[in-house]
Amino acid sequence: MSILIRRDTTFIVQGITGREAVNLTRENLDYGAKIVGGVTPGRAGRDVYGVPVYDCVRDIVAKHGKVDGSVVCVPPAFTRDAVFEALEHGIELIVVVTENIPRREVAQMVELAGMRGARIIGPNCLGLISPGEAKMGGIGGPAANTRQAYTKGNVGIMSRSGGMTTEIASTLTGAGLGQSTAVSIGGDAIIGSSYAELMPLFEADPETHAIAIYSEPGGRMEAELADWMEKNRSRLPVVAFMAGRFMDEMKGMRFGHAGTIVEGKEDTTAEKIARMRAAGISVAERIEEIPGLIRQRLAERRS
Amino acid sequence: MRFYEYESKALFAKHRMPLPKSRLAHSAAEARAAAEMIGLPVVLKSQVLSGGRMKAGAVKFADTAAEAAKHFDTILPIRVNGQEARAILVEEKSAVAQEYFASVTWDGRRKLPVLLFSDMGGIDIEEVAHRHPDHLSKTHFSTLLPLTPRIAKEAIAATGVGGSALTRLTPIVFELMQLFLDFDLTLAEINPLARLEDGRFVVLDGHVDMEAEARGRHAALLAELGIGEDETRQARPPTAFEIAGRKVNEADHRGVAGNVVEFDGDLGLVIGAGGGSLTLFDAVRKHGGRPANYCEIGGNPSVSKACELTKLILAKPGVRKIAVMMNVVSNTRVDIVARGVVKGCIEAGRKPSEAIAIFRIPGAWEGEGFKILTKYGVEYCDRTVSMYEAAGRAVAKLAKAGA
Repeated sequence: MSILIRRDTTFIVQGITGREAVNLTRENLDYGAKIVGGVTPGRAGRDVYGVPVYDCVRDIVAKHGKVDGSVVCVPPAFTRDAVFEALEHGIELIVVVTENIPRREVAQMVELAGMRGARIIGPNCLGLISPGEAKMGGIGGPAANTRQAYTKGNVGIMSRSGGMTTEIASTLTGAGLGQSTAVSIGGDAIIGSSYAELMPLFEADPETHAIAIYSEPGGRMEAELADWMEKNRSRLPVVAFMAGRFMDEMKGMRFGHAGTIVEGKEDTTAEKIARMRAAGISVAERIEEIPGLIRQRLAERRS
Repeated sequence: MRFYEYESKALFAKHRMPLPKSRLAHSAAEARAAAEMIGLPVVLKSQVLSGGRMKAGAVKFADTAAEAAKHFDTILPIRVNGQEARAILVEEKSAVAQEYFASVTWDGRRKLPVLLFSDMGGIDIEEVAHRHPDHLSKTHFSTLLPLTPRIAKEAIAATGVGGSALTRLTPIVFELMQLFLDFDLTLAEINPLARLEDGRFVVLDGHVDMEAEARGRHAALLAELGIGEDETRQARPPTAFEIAGRKVNEADHRGVAGNVVEFDGDLGLVIGAGGGSLTLFDAVRKHGGRPANYCEIGGNPSVSKACELTKLILAKPGVRKIAVMMNVVSNTRVDIVARGVVKGCIEAGRKPSEAIAIFRIPGAWEGEGFKILTKYGVEYCDRTVSMYEAAGRAVAKLAKAGA
């Protein structure tokens, strides 16, 4: 098992004829994805690596019936509209790759998704992968590179950085620990699915035995996770890595992702690390400590 | 992107919010003229991108025009939390009867905008929240449903405000909420919002932040306010090195080689991507290394972009070597970055094998990349060497090379 996507998950790519989307379509197909169509207005009738292109999401749903997901890869000015279109046609898992979308529009997408019972991953993310099953988005890159970094197993990954999702997976793979599902959750200040919102899914997945997390300064997402851990007495040991410790001394400067800025005390890595540790989350000093910490926590749980 | 107080107030004025009379002064003579035109007494307020002006002595009252001119000269050179004053705002001095606080911001957890209102304005709002929670209301509101004044009314009434104060405050707070959404603000704050002794309600001080991503959508407003396209409005103004870094990134649309931030160390960093750069910068410092800069490469930058960034960093005074490091890459090609940094070293008149302390970028097209590096004798490593270890090797190599 895994969360959110499996071998038989069907999805579409919105903005499929764009340069990045063409690459991503190819990489996903090579990894075994079931892409049933793509959308670019005015380009109906073409195809991208055999995936038929349509003008509207409606046309794909009319032909195939219910579609599980969509990867949205359109320029920032058109992203909100594309997400609304997917939501209004019953798509329940939407991966928003696009970055530089103003918060107001992200909030609108998330609010409508809530009304429609759908989930958004991202924006500003590389998507998600259930190794050996399928992937949605640019995560891991070309299929051969993806197979090198990601292997099937029992560790769930959630990361605010797309690149670091793969770095952590590659480190786990190197240490003989495979992954159930890895989610690049996005680097913006407002995102569709936070750590705490994905935890219940991992909790319910019998194949997931532990969680690895990559986090950064800025926002309240780590505190939200800590609250969730305390309230729900999770069966899953969580090991986190906190980057950007140098930023604690650089208030008001933005580094890395849009959501990565230290404004108040709660944004600092020191505060976040203390909060996570108090909730029983192990915090690794280096990426390469993650596999050892996961093994240690799993052994403690068994004894 | 933070607005100066006078810019925030210009935006408020455009939207019919009541403000005290004020004029911006760039010289003591202008301050004197402003004081005479507005009518005495006046208050002079430094226009800086920082809070804590009062504490720093950058706000002063004047009873005569001569005093206003004198205060101008005193206040202008004062730096507040490192920020220089752009000008001085000369404003009519208001006789305040009561102060309120209104602020709209984003709640990242709830993913909604939130209106904070208090009838205890003028003081630290954190303290109000802590000591007088019944005097602070927090109201989330929808970004999809039409915004109507009742949300503002309920938020104000929740703090116990009633009567004519409630009806006078509601449209001002409602306007603030609309501005927040209409102009993609990340903060719209009035503190204090005052009831004056003569019964008027006015915005005495305000603070507006616009989301950097939305600048393009509000170009007309920014132009009207005189906010230049190259103003970053970060915690400190950009250095010449950082401006040059931005030019390298903008010269070519392929990929990213930007977000260059200057530090004063001797190890130049060509690092990426968003999260990888944060991780690597920490690693270099943990090994006792002194970075000369922060930067981010990613999204498959062209050879010329990687080359120009390398040259820029190597040319920075005090830089002895560079370390080229990233997390495992998927869409950035290792061979292209390798070609770019080698070319950059050569064009800067340096031997790549000597100038590059370490190259650690594993992932797509790494075989091709490692071939290029072997040819030029550059030390490289693959994913079996961690980011932390690679940073350590770079720092050790620099130490070994001597001062």
